Amino acid sequence: MTTTTPASTLPAGLPAAAAAPVPLTRLTLVELRKLADTRAGTWLLIVIGLATVATSAILLGWAEGGEQSFGAFFGFGLVPSAVLLPVLGVLSVTSEWSQRTALATFTLVPARGRVLAAKVAAGVLIAIGSTAVTAIWAAGANMLAIATGGDGTWTVDSSLTWQSLLSQMIFVLMGIGFGALLLNTPLAIVIFFALPTVWTILGGTISGLRDVAAWLDLNTTSLALAEPDMTSGEWARLAASVGVWVLIPLVLGTVRVLRREVS
Amino acid sequence: MITVENLTKTYGAQRAVDDVSFTCEPGSVTGFLGPNGAGKSTTMRMICGLTPPTSGRATVGGVTYQRLGNPGRHVGVLLDASAQHAGRTGREVLSLAAMTMGLDTARVPDRLARVGLTGAAPKRRVRAYSLGMRQRLGLAYAMIGDPSVLILDEPANGLDPEGIHWMRGLLRDFADRGGTVLLSSHLLREVEVIADRLIVIGNGRILTQGDKEQLLGAAGTLVRTTDPAALEALLQRMGLVGTPSSDGSVLVPADPQTIGQAAAAAGVVLLELRPAGAGGLEEMFLRLTSGSDLEGVAR
Repeated sequence: MTTTTPASTLPAGLPAAAAAPVPLTRLTLVELRKLADTRAGTWLLIVIGLATVATSAILLGWAEGGEQSFGAFFGFGLVPSAVLLPVLGVLSVTSEWSQRTALATFTLVPARGRVLAAKVAAGVLIAIGSTAVTAIWAAGANMLAIATGGDGTWTVDSSLTWQSLLSQMIFVLMGIGFGALLLNTPLAIVIFFALPTVWTILGGTISGLRDVAAWLDLNTTSLALAEPDMTSGEWARLAASVGVWVLIPLVLGTVRVLRREVS
Repeated sequence: MITVENLTKTYGAQRAVDDVSFTCEPGSVTGFLGPNGAGKSTTMRMICGLTPPTSGRATVGGVTYQRLGNPGRHVGVLLDASAQHAGRTGREVLSLAAMTMGLDTARVPDRLARVGLTGAAPKRRVRAYSLGMRQRLGLAYAMIGDPSVLILDEPANGLDPEGIHWMRGLLRDFADRGGTVLLSSHLLREVEVIADRLIVIGNGRILTQGDKEQLLGAAGTLVRTTDPAALEALLQRMGLVGTPSSDGSVLVPADPQTIGQAAAAAGVVLLELRPAGAGGLEEMFLRLTSGSDLEGVAR
């Protein structure tokens, strides 16, 4: 990263406030706020919230009493954010280019790498936040279940909690990576949803691809995150597919954003 | 203080900006003039680190823009007023800028009021703003960090005459308090009132630059006389060629003092003797740029 210039070497007339880099914590707060302060962002968050509420309602209203446990409310409750938070990740990068705010963003923070780092941090934080809120909501729903004669079991394997959180983070970061790589909102959203699915179908139908798909199909390898106590083999396969679907887009996307002329 | 040294930008075979050098001093307004497509915006984007130059360099406050960790506290930039998220409110746009710069967002309402965005305007989304309102928001955005340098690309675009008058006052006041202003325009009349210095660019190259007074003087002197024949004879003896205009005055490529003294010595009665000023500069501007980028002017 850029080194801070000692105040003594600053040219005369240049205020120290302008020379010191914007702290990453502050930038992250700004990026978090930018996720929610547009019409698209606000509605996406509202929809995620309503859909999460709906998952509990579905379980309470229609599931067998024995299926109404904290683990069930939590697991089902994470589905809406798992699907839609990555869209927020895509938007956080692509909107800078489609709405042309990159011009203003990078004039205020010329170190573009820091802006991207803040976007990644904001993505991780919103994944943590949504998982925590879903857990609290699931606890409330579970209490309702107990009151209405449901199963109401509280125990959830602790490994499952962390794995759920990791799963949320992986898909948000994948969204940010695809956004940075493609820098175009509709294209990035379509490719984000379509490409892994196409790959899953190909891997399932073409026998020659089956071995490769077992390692590089994120849809398959991430299923293990929903089961407690993953094996080392499952972790290895997950790491390989995360490398392909998350890290490579993030790295190439960063290079693209750093190099691209802003106008 | 802005220093530009031999900035060049090529796109393929095209030289969008060709060896451009100039400085903008504190306490002055520099008008950056040229037809559309002359290279003004590309030059400004290179100064702000948004476009990497092919060669040459630019500094703001003595360092390259990229070395400014938090540039908003020293340089206010408005390159395109329409480049704001359509789904954010005007107040939110300014709040984000203040937060990024480490400033209290409490200053936002006052800054919006200062550029005339009052009443319902701050709470409306930028989508609903007119171009003039976006320019006002852009100026507030550029100035929210209390910078000492302003870089503005076509800030008068979309402003009504009252708005242009207001902006001139704002920038004049900013420069008089020691600020440095670089503003571009493709219309001479927009900047000639406010600028102290002028830089004229065409086809990527600087065609002329200097103090406004000096450039206005170089544009010639407007002379009106009771005896056009005597004046013509006098100019001939002086080796000058006057350009008569329809209203009976003659544009002479010399300074007023030279003409005045010669006329007094020759006994030619003058009714009017003044620097050709805006009209002359406009003529010069068109002359300088016509050969370089006709399509640009016509657009």
